[in-house]
Amino acid sequence: MSKEWPLWEIFIRGQHGLSHRHVGSLHAPDAETAIMNARDVYTRRNEGVSIWVVEARHITATAPGDKGPIFEPSESKIYRHPTFYDIPEDVGHM
Amino acid sequence: MADAKFEALLRLGDNALILGHRVSEWCGHAPVLEEDIALANTALDLLGQTNLWLEYAGEVEGKGRSADDLAFLRDAWDFRNVLLVELPNGDFGQTIMRQYLFDQFNLLNLRALTESKDTRIAEIAEKAAKEAAYHVERSRGTVVGLGDGTQESHARMQEALNLLYPYALELFITDEVDDEMAEAGVFPDPKSLEDAYLVAVAATLQEATLDLPEAHFGHRGSGKDGRMHTEHLGHILTQMQWLQRAYPGQTW
Amino acid sequence: MYAQMVKSTGKGVKTLDEMEPEERAFQEKVDADIRIEPRDWMPEGYRKTLIRQIGQHAHSEIVGQLPEGNWITRAPTLERKMILLAKVQDEAGHGLYLYCAAETLGVSRDEMTEMLLSGKMKYSSIFNYPTLTWADIGAVGWLVDGAAIMNQVPLQRTSYGPYSRAMVRICKEESFHQRQGYDIMMKMAQGSEAQKRMAQDALNRFWYPSLMMFGPSDANSVHSEQSMAWKIKINSNDELRQKFVDQTVPQAEYLGLTVPDDTLAWNEDKGGYDFAEPDWDEFFDVLKGAGPVNHDRLEARRKAWDDGAWVREGLLAHAEKKRSAKVAAE
Ligand SMILES: [Fe+2]
Ligand SMILES: [Fe+2]
Ligand SMILES: [Fe+2]
Repeated sequence: MSKEWPLWEIFIRGQHGLSHRHVGSLHAPDAETAIMNARDVYTRRNEGVSIWVVEARHITATAPGDKGPIFEPSESKIYRHPTFYDIPEDVGHM
Repeated sequence: MADAKFEALLRLGDNALILGHRVSEWCGHAPVLEEDIALANTALDLLGQTNLWLEYAGEVEGKGRSADDLAFLRDAWDFRNVLLVELPNGDFGQTIMRQYLFDQFNLLNLRALTESKDTRIAEIAEKAAKEAAYHVERSRGTVVGLGDGTQESHARMQEALNLLYPYALELFITDEVDDEMAEAGVFPDPKSLEDAYLVAVAATLQEATLDLPEAHFGHRGSGKDGRMHTEHLGHILTQMQWLQRAYPGQTW
Repeated sequence: MYAQMVKSTGKGVKTLDEMEPEERAFQEKVDADIRIEPRDWMPEGYRKTLIRQIGQHAHSEIVGQLPEGNWITRAPTLERKMILLAKVQDEAGHGLYLYCAAETLGVSRDEMTEMLLSGKMKYSSIFNYPTLTWADIGAVGWLVDGAAIMNQVPLQRTSYGPYSRAMVRICKEESFHQRQGYDIMMKMAQGSEAQKRMAQDALNRFWYPSLMMFGPSDANSVHSEQSMAWKIKINSNDELRQKFVDQTVPQAEYLGLTVPDDTLAWNEDKGGYDFAEPDWDEFFDVLKGAGPVNHDRLEARRKAWDDGAWVREGLLAHAEKKRSAKVAAE
């Protein structure tokens, strides 16, 4: 088996002046690619404006947050949001 | 003027549509998950751009055709995309090389279009140029990484470049439509983008340790006016248009 | 579900008094809804079961890209094409989040991938069914994502922190998946005769495989009992299946479609529908590899993995060259 790409921890700052928060991890060969991957993986719904990446093995102690990331409504990909679909009330909860 | 503008808008829309289609074929099949997701983002951006360009093309034409009508109900000879974007994906290297060669052009073109005298075009270009800037960053980085990577990845990237580079030159062919649009200040003259393109590509290839092949686009007809296409386009359309053709006039 | 038939220790559930102090402290935390984090002490069985379960779930998301991906290039409008692509891309993201969660338990994504490709790890039986018509894309979103959501919402409260956080993220993203599927079904059910037939046909083919997603009855399973004690399984398979049927039947009625079950009837006493069990022999056959497209699915994943090897190696080699050049310059 060939060598696996290192694991990176991803921190993203939402748009309202919040601090960076841990949103998850991903694999990338280097830091530059990790940032691009983070953009593609973790900001598909416009969740952030600033990204930090840290190679996981450089983190000494971690206590990831427990509330999950903040989701800002996406401006151009509205179809990702459930309210885009008009489901009649008779159908019930979906 | 309206005719030329319609034609020029089709070129933008069709390039984005056909390339978006090709890139979307990777969904679920990429070399690594992160890349799968990234390619889907690129395809989504291109399809979004398609929608905007073709919608406007339909309005300019004034025959009531929607973006969907233009995408799903024209046959191959009415498509105005360059041959580069309809070529098969090949291996991942070929896909990424094609992407870079297109992205680099697309970015320059869109940036120039933000200055268009047609405000609608300028607005669309403004949004699309932001996406294209990221596409270039990504495809450029991958071309550099794979070109410089291992012996195998280097060889594959050089092969992809040799195959694709002649096709890229079609992007700078000019015809009466280009002349008319450039004169009116609506679209840039493709020739005016060529120097900046060649400089950028040369820098990328140098970093990627790849050699620029001696090449020119030798075909007399171009996809830009529909006088030339590869045989691949017809097969793309048989897939893409299948439902609209088999069940005409339905709502989906 | 996406993780069907996950085996735990195979032993009965211990009482607190039977546990060593470490395990007792662990179980008390779980009982008190305190999350277990990667560095916390955990029983080996808990760790191993979680790897199997999360891994299976991750594999299901990835293999699950294929049946829907099958229609991206044929979607009937530009908007449908974008919606479907965004949806299938989300599933890749879900796989990624889940692999990362499993990785915190000491297994690598590459190891899990190799186990999938060698058949040592499974994925959900549902993805071994083909998508034949455009209505199938509606049915998959409506029924398959609908069933998945039913299982995933409670899993947000699962005891393992990274798993729970992945589920929170996934559930937020899932919310549009089922709706886009139902939206397709509505258009089809209100459309031409051919579209209506297509919609009914899709429901006919996907109804029982969707019911199978919850797995066979686990009322007497020691594995389920242990998993529930560990809170990595929240509801029984039958409970979720009943909930799914109760929710879905009125939705089918609204569409004017017929659920392919003659025995389906409202049961006033239990406040739910009576319904026919799927063919469990078929389920086990499909799980073992005898489904119509099992081979295609694994082959597609194997091809992506094998053909992608030079790309993964090439980019890593470049990164390493850059790193050593930087070190040399310093
Ligand atoms: Fe799913
Ligand atoms: Fe999912
Ligand atoms: Fe989903």
